[in-house]
Amino acid sequence: MSGYFKELIGGTKSLFIGLGITAKYFMEPVVTMQYPHEHVEMPPRFRGHIELIPNEETGEPKCVACGMCQKGCPSGCISLAGEKREGVKGKVVTKYILNFTTCSLCGQCVESCKFGALRFSKDFNLASPRKEDFIFDLIKRLKEKN
Amino acid sequence: MNGLLQQDVNQETFTLNLGPQHPATHGVLRVKLVMDGEYIVQAEPVLGYIHRMHEKMGENRTWVKFLPNCGRMDYLCALSYNHGYVAALERAAGIEVPERAEYLRVITVELNRISSHLLWFGAFVLDLGGFTPLLYAFDDREHILDLLESVTGSRLTYCYFRFGGVYNDIEDSFITGTREFIKRMRKRMPMYDALVTKNIILIKRLKDIGPISKDMARRYGATGPVARGSGINYDVRKNEPYSVYSEFDFDVPVYEEGDSMARYMVRMDEIEQSMRIIEQALDKLPEGEIKPKKAVKMVKPEKGDYYHAVEAARGSFGVRLVSDGKNQAYRLKLRSPTYSNLSLFDEASRGMLLPDALALMGSLDLVIPEIDR
Amino acid sequence: MPEPFRVILFIIFAMAFAGLNAAYLVWCERKGAAHIQRRIGPKEVGPYGLLQPIADGIKLMTKQLFLPKGTDPILFMVAPLMVMVPAIMSFCVIPFSETFVAREINLGLLLIFAFASVNVLGLLLGAWGSANKYAVIAAARTVSQNVAYEIPMLITVITMVMVTNTMNLNEIVRSQAGWFFNWHIFRLDISLLMPVSFLIFFVCSLAETNRAPFDMAEAESELIAGVYTEYPGMGFGVFFMGEYANIVIGAALAVVLFLGGWQSPIPFNPGGFLGVFWGLFWFLLKLYTLIFTVIWIRWTYPRTQFYELLNLSWKVLIPISLFNLILTALQIKIFPWL
Repeated sequence: MSGYFKELIGGTKSLFIGLGITAKYFMEPVVTMQYPHEHVEMPPRFRGHIELIPNEETGEPKCVACGMCQKGCPSGCISLAGEKREGVKGKVVTKYILNFTTCSLCGQCVESCKFGALRFSKDFNLASPRKEDFIFDLIKRLKEKN
Repeated sequence: MNGLLQQDVNQETFTLNLGPQHPATHGVLRVKLVMDGEYIVQAEPVLGYIHRMHEKMGENRTWVKFLPNCGRMDYLCALSYNHGYVAALERAAGIEVPERAEYLRVITVELNRISSHLLWFGAFVLDLGGFTPLLYAFDDREHILDLLESVTGSRLTYCYFRFGGVYNDIEDSFITGTREFIKRMRKRMPMYDALVTKNIILIKRLKDIGPISKDMARRYGATGPVARGSGINYDVRKNEPYSVYSEFDFDVPVYEEGDSMARYMVRMDEIEQSMRIIEQALDKLPEGEIKPKKAVKMVKPEKGDYYHAVEAARGSFGVRLVSDGKNQAYRLKLRSPTYSNLSLFDEASRGMLLPDALALMGSLDLVIPEIDR
Repeated sequence: MPEPFRVILFIIFAMAFAGLNAAYLVWCERKGAAHIQRRIGPKEVGPYGLLQPIADGIKLMTKQLFLPKGTDPILFMVAPLMVMVPAIMSFCVIPFSETFVAREINLGLLLIFAFASVNVLGLLLGAWGSANKYAVIAAARTVSQNVAYEIPMLITVITMVMVTNTMNLNEIVRSQAGWFFNWHIFRLDISLLMPVSFLIFFVCSLAETNRAPFDMAEAESELIAGVYTEYPGMGFGVFFMGEYANIVIGAALAVVLFLGGWQSPIPFNPGGFLGVFWGLFWFLLKLYTLIFTVIWIRWTYPRTQFYELLNLSWKVLIPISLFNLILTALQIKIFPWL
């Protein structure tokens, strides 16, 4: 019999304590970020899709089309081609296509590049209804950024 | 699997499909329930709706190329899966890991474990009908995700460990941020206690519901909080220490009752223990390298059979490698803890009401992509 | 103004009040839930999301109303109306102010309870007509829940009728005139357990309207939508509006019986134009405080288990309310002698 009343009183008290906690949080400010209206800053190591790093003086990509990123990619999303030009040491990259629909952002390409030509970008606003928009031509993107 | 369903002609039963699309089964799990009125007579889980052939991919990719797959199986505690695979290969090929890298691995894995338990807590109480603790738990989880994003760059499916170390080093802002997070979390735990754990409605909902005896847990090979809630004192970090866990002082919460409340309390206590490990690791963090001198690209372990188990958030995750000396696996077998945990659902849910069976399923902490791999 | 004209005007006002409440209580609930969970609720549609219920209403109305195969058309179509119409009709007897009452009936309380029992019948018919296993399970639970919780509610109301000697709602409010400690909830000289009685009535009205934490009937994470699983578009919309109208009726009844209705806390009435709306203001203030508490309770607690719900009614609420009845009778009879 005493267990009955103890449970009743204790239970009712726990219910009122719960109400108090939610009332306290009702008064506090919101913690959400209003994303489309507010600009969101990405941290420095954020993994967006990869992009080519330009040489500071010439503005051309540092990539020498060695193909290590293509070999190291687990999903086979990179396809590139290069040619030899006179006056330039090593090859010059002419085509660099990233198929972002199969990329898993693992970082093997960035890690295997010995020439420091690849890095993660900070692009995240990439929604589109067409699949073709996700086949990135990285050389064109570099030229458009400059 | 089809032969398990019996329809007794004397008993008026009907078959209910807790279908692949259901708000309570977290993921695509189908359970065929044979019910007598409101009571469950038999429950048969049907798996395979999200089978993506990770083990087959392990046979066709080199060791290094399999790393992104590890994060996709159990996406909530992806770093444990990374750890299991990387540690198995290091054991097979004899790769040395620098000490700073081991400490970083432990810190990030324990942070990931806390975030996985917070999400489990929110989703479990959501199944029982309380909508608010989910959002409070996600508020805390955002801090962990921001911390891990500043280190690894990803928020959910991490690909941070490499053979012989980790990918990036941490900065001082990470250390101060983690200490602040632990201070904040220690203040929030009493709030969860008062709002949810001591609530009379939740106590009535979880106490003595879904009892799993020690014998049943042993027969089905349950590990992790499911086994520790039934009195089996087994934690891979203590019983078979790997990495640098033997240097930390932490307890393993074990409860004897075996009901859903015991499993709930095991996980809430584990959050506190993880915070203790992180604090000790941050104090003892040595300086040094985080990767071996020469980056490991091609690994060619000796021919043989290797096994390594780690303690993931849901149980003991094991990786078995069969290698024949090449740069890729001959056979890669992943022992998923949730698969064994789910297999005791049939026997444990006999004669239960449907909402109680759903409370039991929630307390088992199922993540279906991990079962189906 | 002539009597029939006044009655029709007030009935139209009551229906408009019920409809507006049903639509905008959804907005209140979403905003209240959002701030408890530390986020902002609807904000895109209209300023502060005030046009959101209208957008939802238009969406529901433009959905195709179809009859799933195997359902009973008459039961399927009639059930939402059986839930909505009695709630709106009960508004006729609720006193919003001394003069703002559509019809002062001497059996007003009995009328409201008679209509409330049609509510559960509507849910049962809807579930049966849906030809869906989930809906039938949910309806069986709803019927036993509603029957179990009507009993303590009626016992508590009988206690109040015993105290005030009338079933006329306006008379009950007039008997609480004076300062705020004349309201029935504070009158410990009538019954020592009066606040407990108010709590019992409040909990029972939550359970009658299938509101969390007693919403096993529409338990979202188990039975999809319970009784309403098969209802498309506006069929579901009418059920929803009926549920909110029932909440308003339950809260209004609690305010009238226990919290003093349209009486203000201080016995002061500014005459003239303001005096006409004085009672209405206090009634609406108390009503919306109680409705906010109903919303607050929903977003704090998990759902009770079904047998716990019935245990609560049969083993806790009924004994306490019976004890309260006997105690009140004793106090009314014995205290005047002392």
